[in-house]
Amino acid sequence: MLERIVYNLLQVFVVVAFAPLVEGVVSRLKEILQSKRGPSIFQPYRDIWKLLHKDEIVSEHSSWIFRVAPYVAFTAPVFVALLIPVLTRYPLFFAFMGDMLGGGFVLALGGFVTTLAAVDTANPYGPMGASRTRMVGFLAEPVFIVVFLTVSFVAGSTIPYIVQTRWVTPIANFFEPSHVLLMIAFLMLILAEDGRIPVDSPSGQFELAMIDRSKSLEYSGRGAALMKWAGAMKFFILICIFLNVLVVPWGLAPEDSGLTGVLLAIPFVLLKIFVFVLVLVYIESSLAKLRLFRITEFLGAAFVISVVAMITRLSEI
Amino acid sequence: MDGSPFPVIAALDALTGALFLLTALGVVATRQVLASLQLFILQSLLLTLSAVLLGIALGSVHLFAVAGITIATKTLLIPWLLQRTVSADVYRTREIERVLNIPSSLLLSAVLIVLAYVIASPILNAVEVPFAAVNLPLGMAAIFLGAFTIVVRREAVPQLLGLLAVENGVFFAGIAIVPNLPVIAELAAAVDVPVVVLVIGLLTRRIYRRLGTTSVGQLAALREH
Repeated sequence: MLERIVYNLLQVFVVVAFAPLVEGVVSRLKEILQSKRGPSIFQPYRDIWKLLHKDEIVSEHSSWIFRVAPYVAFTAPVFVALLIPVLTRYPLFFAFMGDMLGGGFVLALGGFVTTLAAVDTANPYGPMGASRTRMVGFLAEPVFIVVFLTVSFVAGSTIPYIVQTRWVTPIANFFEPSHVLLMIAFLMLILAEDGRIPVDSPSGQFELAMIDRSKSLEYSGRGAALMKWAGAMKFFILICIFLNVLVVPWGLAPEDSGLTGVLLAIPFVLLKIFVFVLVLVYIESSLAKLRLFRITEFLGAAFVISVVAMITRLSEI
Repeated sequence: MDGSPFPVIAALDALTGALFLLTALGVVATRQVLASLQLFILQSLLLTLSAVLLGIALGSVHLFAVAGITIATKTLLIPWLLQRTVSADVYRTREIERVLNIPSSLLLSAVLIVLAYVIASPILNAVEVPFAAVNLPLGMAAIFLGAFTIVVRREAVPQLLGLLAVENGVFFAGIAIVPNLPVIAELAAAVDVPVVVLVIGLLTRRIYRRLGTTSVGQLAALREH
């Protein structure tokens, strides 16, 4: 019992500690693909460190929501990290505290509070980004629901630990059409939800074109550091759900391997994430950003794919 | 799938079927003319793959013949014919004007896919073939989506590709239901389809020369100069 609590906290620590690294690797790889050298992969850590030591300036016209938002946004992914399989194949102590829908709600809460905070300061760019994020969000919502419905229907459970074993035992399940379609739909969701390139440009500096990033423009000092870190963690969590639950639930610590197994799982998981990031960077570098009203088409396609996945599943192929 | 005697091949065939359906959706939705041609080629390759898989599983030589004919006509001959007859400008165009916008046509496609499954289920109860559970509904869905493409698009080449997608869907369903289809039927199709492509391609070429556009959807009304 006690060791499962320890592993669970270790899992949270891994998410908190390595999330900025993933962000750094993504931006470095992107620069390399463009024949540039790019910043060090540890640059996000330096940024966060620097921001944590700077003064924080808060507009006097803003309310308590603006001040609370970074903490809520930071806590939400940490909380979800307790629920999902990051390192282990077996459920840990807090795994049954909430299922996939619960995790989704907690992540959505973080997004909701940052949206409120963006509207709060009345900076013209904040509300614009907030409303755009909502637009992407409500288009992504049905896809999320259908994907989760299908996944939990297939596994007979909404706990991610139970879902992950279903797709690979026996291995023929991996090639089920519904599984493949779900993977594609969920990948498109990650791109949309994290503001990656066909939907939004994460490194863009042009406020009028921003979707996700303009929400945290007003933050400085500690607030900015927490928002940046929270974004990296949310990305990490989404990748973990995608890889460990849907795509490749291998390399995780088995039931009887103890602490060494859990520690050994860390490099494996990071390796998987690195491979995923390679694919992601390839996608991001080969596509152009969609115009705002084309996002409907992108997410409409994701929705249809997930619906087809559900149909092929329900009709028992 | 669990009752099938060939679990791995059945799984691979199901995967091929899923991707086949995705390419059919792509032919409905993509904006670029060239991209939809490439998607059609991909779809034909997936049809070939499915035919080969079924051929291995059922030990049927006819299915390998289907695979060979598909490769020869649909991935090589038809694209070549289309590239030759229709001028290159057409492939660079994007189809902005459609009968329905892309999200609505995608949603309607989802409805059509559901319909295909609904229609296929009573037929599936009647036939006792191992792979029909995958190929029949997906093939029918491709037929519907191809027909829908013809309805919803206004450019000549994508409409033709919709017609060819219907043909692909027929074959995709057919190879599962009738694995021992006489080769003569396939040969007939293999000759017919390129001729259709050639005729429509030449017609499109004439239209393009005359009007400078291939949006045949706009040619519904008569007009005097």
